[in-house]
Amino acid sequence: MSAYTRHPMLFATVVGLIALMLAAIPLPHLLDLIRPDFLLLVVMWFALMTPRIGGLTYAWIAGLSLDAFRGLVLGENAFSFVVIAYLVHYFYLRIRMFPVTQQALIVMSLLWLYQFLLFWIDGMTGHAITGWARWLPAITGAALWLPLSGLLARYTQRS
Amino acid sequence: MSRLSEVRTPYSQSRASSLGLRALILIGLSVALIVADYRGQGLNAVRRGLSLMAYPLQRLVAAPAAAWDWASSALTTHHSLTDENSALKNAAQQNSIKLQRLTSLEQENQQLRALLGAKPALPQTAQAATILQIDLDRMRQRVLIDQGARDGLTRGQPTIDANGVFGQTVTVGAMTSEVILLSDPGHAIPVRIERNGLRTVAIGSGDAHRLLLPYLPRNADVQVGDTLVTSGLGGVFPAGLPVAHIVEVNRDPSEPLALISAQPAAALDRARHILVLSAVPVATLAPTATPLTQRAAPAQKLRTARSR
Repeated sequence: MSAYTRHPMLFATVVGLIALMLAAIPLPHLLDLIRPDFLLLVVMWFALMTPRIGGLTYAWIAGLSLDAFRGLVLGENAFSFVVIAYLVHYFYLRIRMFPVTQQALIVMSLLWLYQFLLFWIDGMTGHAITGWARWLPAITGAALWLPLSGLLARYTQRS
Repeated sequence: MSRLSEVRTPYSQSRASSLGLRALILIGLSVALIVADYRGQGLNAVRRGLSLMAYPLQRLVAAPAAAWDWASSALTTHHSLTDENSALKNAAQQNSIKLQRLTSLEQENQQLRALLGAKPALPQTAQAATILQIDLDRMRQRVLIDQGARDGLTRGQPTIDANGVFGQTVTVGAMTSEVILLSDPGHAIPVRIERNGLRTVAIGSGDAHRLLLPYLPRNADVQVGDTLVTSGLGGVFPAGLPVAHIVEVNRDPSEPLALISAQPAAALDRARHILVLSAVPVATLAPTATPLTQRAAPAQKLRTARSR
């Protein structure tokens, strides 16, 4: 019995909290620029593999906690997380059929969509920042998808 | 994949059909939050509650850096301590000499103001705050400090470090506040060139070592090395605090405006401790306002010099 099968909700919460802390750990500037969006990756993984536990509500709460951490406008991460989680949810059967490398490509485009949504909301509220560095974390995020999904799958398998 | 698919719980058709509805409700909630937060300060209580919940986690993230600080201060040698002590004593002596001159100048200033019939300058209080070692948004220049509404902070208070203006508070939580740095691309500060009094606005560049002065004509009297001080316009920063030094003046004949950049006086990316000044008294803006009530905070009160 893994920790996940006994307390799936608790497991998802703990993983979410760890991802939230990874999002704020101080890093050197160059590493900070390519820091992947850990929390969104975790949300996407739960939406893909365990839609019941890691549903839209999970995505919304995760996004809101990220907003509490560093939100410029309250609700912008919550909004973007729900949109991404909805897309993953809607196509989850199809995405699961793909090998992990192709999943990573889909993850990358969704991460780009996330950055675009943030950029859009920032722009409407008057805080827009243009800069190529905005699009880097999607690439590192996609590269992280393989080890992350392997790790989470290890902890969530039954028996 | 077969191993992963075991994880999946049965997913009924009725749940799938309500997916769109649930998404719509949550998206509607988020949009309501965004609009409410953008439109006004109505969500302050929500923000404070959320920041209070985030506080233990933020402390945990900042703990390694704080522990390192503590360890390096606890494990210094006797020799380096005595060295530092004598250096500090020396500096304190120098400062006390300057302070004595300053007191007499201040008295003189007050007398002159009285002669002119001007209102006396109100003293400002300051409270010390420590920057929490947490990375906020990578695209922006913001830091989190360990003082919040509980310590009497409000939105829009100027902050300084030992060398110059640092930034201002933007969101105030219960125990923590976010400070926007001078160098944030969304920040602008009204400044004056100390040498000739020329007024302009310095905006952030996104780089902690550079401010931009984009609104000066090509023939403006600006030189490399000029000091920028706050002009006191805008009602956020008190006048006369050092802001930056001009490092580059590029007068491109094909451009109507000069391209000028400046190096901030404050150590924006290295400072660990900053001072949060009390908000600029309304009395200096509106002559009829009542005297400002003193902040009830465990603050280290000191009068900031109005001069450099």
